Amino acid sequence: MKVLVCVKRVIDFNVKVRVRSDGSGVETSNVKMSMNPFDEIAVEEAVRLRERGIASEIVAVSCGTAACQETLRAALALGADRAVLVETDTALEPLAVAKLVAALVRQEAPQLVILGKQAIDDDANQTGQMLAALLDWPQATFASKLQIADGKADVTREVDGGLETVEVTLPAVVTTDLRLNEPRYATLPNIMKAKKKPMQTLSAQSLGVDVTPHVTLIRVDEPAGRKGGGRVADVKELVAKLRNEAKVLPPA
Amino acid sequence: MNVLVLAEHEQGTLASATLSAVTAARALGGDVVMLVLSAPGDAIAQAAAAVPGIARVLHAEAPWFAQPTAENVAATALDAIARGQYSHVVAAATSFGKNAMPRIAAKLDAAQVSDITAINAPDTFVRPIYAGNAFATVRSSDPIKVVTVRATAFDPAGASGGQASIDTIAAAPEVPAAKVVGQARTKSARPELTSARVVISGGRGLGSGENFKLLEALADKLNAAIGASRAAVDAGYVPNDYQVGQTGKIVAPDLYVAIGISGAIQHLAGMKDSKVIVAINKDPEAPIFQIADYGLVGDLFEVVPALTAELDR
Repeated sequence: MKVLVCVKRVIDFNVKVRVRSDGSGVETSNVKMSMNPFDEIAVEEAVRLRERGIASEIVAVSCGTAACQETLRAALALGADRAVLVETDTALEPLAVAKLVAALVRQEAPQLVILGKQAIDDDANQTGQMLAALLDWPQATFASKLQIADGKADVTREVDGGLETVEVTLPAVVTTDLRLNEPRYATLPNIMKAKKKPMQTLSAQSLGVDVTPHVTLIRVDEPAGRKGGGRVADVKELVAKLRNEAKVLPPA
Repeated sequence: MNVLVLAEHEQGTLASATLSAVTAARALGGDVVMLVLSAPGDAIAQAAAAVPGIARVLHAEAPWFAQPTAENVAATALDAIARGQYSHVVAAATSFGKNAMPRIAAKLDAAQVSDITAINAPDTFVRPIYAGNAFATVRSSDPIKVVTVRATAFDPAGASGGQASIDTIAAAPEVPAAKVVGQARTKSARPELTSARVVISGGRGLGSGENFKLLEALADKLNAAIGASRAAVDAGYVPNDYQVGQTGKIVAPDLYVAIGISGAIQHLAGMKDSKVIVAINKDPEAPIFQIADYGLVGDLFEVVPALTAELDR
């Protein structure tokens, strides 16, 4: 079966983001960009499905500017077979991405779409669920284990109370949580091979999707500062301060 | 125009996060209507009606709501929304809300605003981005705004004293393509992590799951919930639902005690709104000390038992 994986280009998780002084956003120039870590897990899971003989073809998809080609190349280096860039200069909301991917899914007809549960830039946690809704497919979000057999996916999900297992009928959407797998590193030969793998570019328009934002960004601010850095010498001083200064513990 | 709150509940009790969502909903104007989906015979609708500030409870019963899937929740919620006059649909940003709400939003062609921490106007919200290292103020132009609420940013509404009417509505037909087939709930007699007044969290410094027992004696003394860093969960010391951080649970207790936690950005994202933060770590350079009100450099295997003993004095 064919598997589609969605990858997003985000500021690398190791970069400490800086808010622009004019409040227009966060600084993105001269900042290292990488594949969203949850999407790496999505690509890895697709590659493992192919290694187990379940997936026959893996198509990596990214929506955004031409710079996303780099992210798609990274997905190809991890093992995706081909890539599709849906190119637009409009800043995309999760809803717009879900619509673009839904349009592509109707063309590609995969049995499974795997996405990261959230992107570490906007932390929205929406795209997979929205995609499933638009396609009227079942969804299995926050996956920590995925098993596929007989046209069904058994997915263990990380939920607030512990774990939950859902059985969804394919085609379905799965979003990845941290413990689904540990993504491999791309080897140099695979990075070289990735350069020769096919990459197709489509315009958002050609998919017939209106990507006009519904939500306007008014401003971005630094979080309220927290004055930390206080030290105590020992347990006695700590407990005394918690009781008498912070008053979060009852007096002795 | 009314505000619809999607309720989350377990064993006849509304989730504390849902009560926080009610507080947010009341700040949006209009009557607050609570949608309660439950298995037949569940008394949860009465509990919802007792929440002050709720004008009306819509209650749909179906066997499949005993273990609700996003598909079934969204189907009935969309029916209810279509039959009312709603300006907003609100739920807490818990795993339940995160799972179901975008499914509802997409069907309404609404761009959901996730995890809001403040309401500036009925269409203007503040929400954390980049693991809380920045806050975005955004305005939604959707006719029905779909919003999830960060529970720690809004005080929970009361759970008694209200007298809302209860309207029974029909559940949408079951969506058979998704079924809950198993659950492994972590059992604990401790307070719930996201609403506890005191949270004791352990990190990789604990070294093993066995060593987390050290934290239990301390947690008993403080009636605290126990949490963990991602490193501790990844290492298998404790189950996933202990995880505090950007992609785990967001907590803001009166007292947060970080033990053997270095303080990765994604962990700080989940706890830095705590009122008082204590850090215990043997590495004086650990980033956790930069945000801690009271940092204690030392070997946790000596400090924690000593702290537990000191609390008795």
